[in-house]
Amino acid sequence: MLQKTQDLERGVPEETVNAGTASRGTMFSFLSPAVITLAVIGIAPLVFAIWTSMRDYNLTRLQRTPFVGLENYATVLTDSVFWDAMGRTFLLLILALPVQIAAGLGIALILHRPGLTFLKTIARLSLVIPMATTYAVVGLLGQIMFNLKYGVVNQLLGFVGIAPVNWLGHPTNAFAAIVFWDVWQWTPFCALVLLAGLTTVPGEIEEAARLETKSWWTVLRYVQLPFLIPGLTAVLILRTADTLKQFDMVFTMTRGGPGSSTELISLLIQRVGFRAFDQGLASAQAMILLVITIVLSRLYIRFFYREV
Amino acid sequence: MREHTTTTPSLAAQVVLLAAIILFCLFPFYWMVLTSLKTQIVALQTPPAWIFDVSFSNYYEVLFEDAVARSLINSLIVAVCTTFLAILLGTSAAYALARFEFRGKKELWFWFITNRMVSPIVLALPFFLIVRSFGMLDTHIVLILIYLTFNLPIVIWICTDQFRSIPREIDEAAILEGASQWRIFFSLCLPLAAPGIAVSAIFSFIFSWNELMYALVLTRNVAKTAPAVAVSFMEGYSLPYGKIMATSTLIVVPVIIFALIASKQLVRGLTMGAVK
Repeated sequence: MLQKTQDLERGVPEETVNAGTASRGTMFSFLSPAVITLAVIGIAPLVFAIWTSMRDYNLTRLQRTPFVGLENYATVLTDSVFWDAMGRTFLLLILALPVQIAAGLGIALILHRPGLTFLKTIARLSLVIPMATTYAVVGLLGQIMFNLKYGVVNQLLGFVGIAPVNWLGHPTNAFAAIVFWDVWQWTPFCALVLLAGLTTVPGEIEEAARLETKSWWTVLRYVQLPFLIPGLTAVLILRTADTLKQFDMVFTMTRGGPGSSTELISLLIQRVGFRAFDQGLASAQAMILLVITIVLSRLYIRFFYREV
Repeated sequence: MREHTTTTPSLAAQVVLLAAIILFCLFPFYWMVLTSLKTQIVALQTPPAWIFDVSFSNYYEVLFEDAVARSLINSLIVAVCTTFLAILLGTSAAYALARFEFRGKKELWFWFITNRMVSPIVLALPFFLIVRSFGMLDTHIVLILIYLTFNLPIVIWICTDQFRSIPREIDEAAILEGASQWRIFFSLCLPLAAPGIAVSAIFSFIFSWNELMYALVLTRNVAKTAPAVAVSFMEGYSLPYGKIMATSTLIVVPVIIFALIASKQLVRGLTMGAVK
């Protein structure tokens, strides 16, 4: 019944043979391997984490893990360490994302212009490299390139007359180095997403607009921008989620230091759970992070998967 | 608003800009390879050397004296097995999502997207405790299974899209012939979906190969993957820069090759299809 109404809504003629009809058993046999696997490895651990988050669960004394109710959650929500890490995570996002979008848009506009095909192909392939580079390697590379004495970054700065900067030994500088590295790795992503958006502008419309005005800004603002909105929305949500996930690069580059100046939320949870051994508290922090992620993915579904 | 008078940047300006973009993207990669060819003495020069006697001793040392060769094999085993499993389990689910209507479809999508976005630490905490209680820390199978949490969604997403692009008339004709859904899936649609399956396999491989956090938490020696070994070089006071960068190069080069092969699909895959 439901099947039929949906087909009618989609305008599928009623009399055609419907390939979408299958018995419940057939559908189950197609779906269950993946769904059961994901339930076992993806959902069961989460349920266990909820259980852990309501206990005083410390890896150094596992023989006694008393039930403490929502105490861990209360601790997390009033804990300035947690909110500081959250604040740093969003600071990274707020500093890096506008640069990534602006530079990405610039790159996309250049690559979208006709001509210089060979050079542009090379440029487009080069953009793949930062994105594909193993995040942990980016962090290691950062540690070597930003090194005070042996680093090439200070050498290059020296060429333009800037005195060596102690990048990784100073809280603010270390954070700046992380922002810079995040910009390096993810500007290409923004560029390629926006370039894909630019190619969706119908050629005739763009040509007509260019006959009307010589200003690239007018074309961008009134002709191209509407086609860029979906890409920009995707970048916004995905970069937020990826910054909340960010662990590998920062962990290998600074371990969250000096002090806690680069300790982002995922690094904090890892430290509390595996270096301070307080699994209960770490699980509570992780559950709060999960709730934020669920909100983000709801938004993403809202914007991009309306019809599935 | 005042009209901006600037029009098309001149050809020379475009060439300069493009060269700058290429240089910006490639310089760290170049520096990594360069450092990997330095002996420790050259690597510790201030200011850093750009021209020096190239030495391959770092590669020799990491491959034959340290655990790097074994860790690369570990990475390969894990990435290949998890990719194979993801394809095996994911393609039929993708077919169902592309072809059948059923309740809970939206919830399923929501679940996949959440898996794409959630921080690995959220799963790493409980997974560590569970795996430890089974005495299965430091085994390949654990990594293979947990990597499915991000590989299955990506395989299912890409393959669903691929199956949707296969005209339904083909199945309809086969149904009239009396073929079962499984037969249509195996004999008709799976071969036609081969390009999508290949792309999703590449993605799955890249993500597994690059992964660090689960590897750090769930492995010690036996099943330690290459990124985790590279990170462990950073412990201690005198850092073996050349060896770290040689290991990094060995890790990164295969990924970059795969990423370049799939470069046209990269954005689609990373945005779960939101951007075509």
